[in-house]
Amino acid sequence: MSSLKLNYQLMKSDEVAATLQRMADEILEMNSGRPVVLLGIHRRGVPMARRMAKRMAEKLKQQPQFGILDINLYRDDLTKVAFQPVVHKTEVPSNIDDHDIILVDDVLYTGRTVRAALDALCDFGRMRSIQLAVFIDRGHREMPIEANFIGKKIKTKDNEVVEVKLKEIDGEDAVYVMEKT
Amino acid sequence: MHNRKHLLGIQDLSRHEILEILDVAESLQEVSTRPIKKVPTLRGKSVINLFFEASTRTRTSFEIAGKRLSADVVNISLSTSSVSKGETLIDTAKTLDAMAADSVVIRHSASGAPHTLAKLTRASIINAGDGAHEHPTQALLDAFTIRQRKGRLENLKVAIIGDITHSRVARSNLYLLTKFQSHVWLCSAPTLMPPGVEKMVCENSEFVHVTHSMNEAIEGADVIMMLRVQFERMSESFFPSVREYFRYWGLNRERVSRAKPDVIIMHPGPMNRGVEIATDVADGPYSVILDQVASGVAVRMAVLYLLLGG
Repeated sequence: MSSLKLNYQLMKSDEVAATLQRMADEILEMNSGRPVVLLGIHRRGVPMARRMAKRMAEKLKQQPQFGILDINLYRDDLTKVAFQPVVHKTEVPSNIDDHDIILVDDVLYTGRTVRAALDALCDFGRMRSIQLAVFIDRGHREMPIEANFIGKKIKTKDNEVVEVKLKEIDGEDAVYVMEKT
Repeated sequence: MHNRKHLLGIQDLSRHEILEILDVAESLQEVSTRPIKKVPTLRGKSVINLFFEASTRTRTSFEIAGKRLSADVVNISLSTSSVSKGETLIDTAKTLDAMAADSVVIRHSASGAPHTLAKLTRASIINAGDGAHEHPTQALLDAFTIRQRKGRLENLKVAIIGDITHSRVARSNLYLLTKFQSHVWLCSAPTLMPPGVEKMVCENSEFVHVTHSMNEAIEGADVIMMLRVQFERMSESFFPSVREYFRYWGLNRERVSRAKPDVIIMHPGPMNRGVEIATDVADGPYSVILDQVASGVAVRMAVLYLLLGG
């Protein structure tokens, strides 16, 4: 196992909060006030989606629908990874046919997680649209997938790891770029 | 379940592994509530149901579990297999192995049949009941149901009542519940209680109690598990008449009233109504017998996922 060492801090607490707000506002603007369904990808996509939902509720005076998506049952590397990913609960609102879906995740990297999430969503019906919101886009795509809403786009090296920390899970809001050694 | 290839019994599972299976089962339950009840996780894997004994719920449950995970499930039952032409278990195993099955779910009247299979094939073997030895997925789904209703597996009083001698369900449940330090009261007619049964559990054997009094077993119980009288395994008479059995060992409303007010009543099925359980109890408010069936699909999905998914 390789260990991680801190390369640099990309964002501090106030930047994280401001960026999430900006993304929520952009989503509202692009969907011109139509109600959207926010689906957080387990794990850090979930608190992100929750916070964006809260911001939208303040502006819309109406709570947007919210759900959790676990993509482990849809991974394309199940036979390749040595460890067995723990499957977590998926909770999707009962009828999301013909709705506008916002998929929320912390880091967009190879695009494989999003591919799995799209497959998962297809099993829940036919949505009006599926849009992708990611906090950090770090490049290195292995699939033709791009985000509609991006918190921050950065250039990274292959041996770097982007860690998004959120209060609900990690006790702090921050983004660090680590390096495998 | 890391690095575990087969599920042969509860006895050699750790508490941690049992909880892992139950946690995954809880997550997988959601799949069965979707409009499209299927995920692609085990696409391309083949699961063979090899049943040498009659079964509806266990076989169907494994079949549905496999199909909800997109595995290809093939059923072989005794009457349609080459076993009826005289093929041995070992030859059957080698044949299935040559077809590159990923998993074989086996039920057999001989204790240890799954263990034999595990040594002879490359497939993951899942024990779906071997003789009077073990029935691990039944104990797991019982634990799942208990945890759902009671919020815990520890520190409960569980009465297991009925034909203990012939019951693999009793043994697997005994192993599982004592691992979590719950008190298990085994209760039956003296002829249906194997002597020395309390010595079967090595660790935590102080949690095993044996009684022939139904009232003592039920007094203050959190869970009552009734077992079917297995007439098909009885070559001689174990009690004078069914009517007498029901009078002494059958669960009726009056007896249930001695248990805790929030007691749950379980039965692995199939039930003999009017033999070990009264109809109004089986269909009554404390009964979770159909919940057990629903849990069975989720638990078996979890077992298939954990054995075949990685």
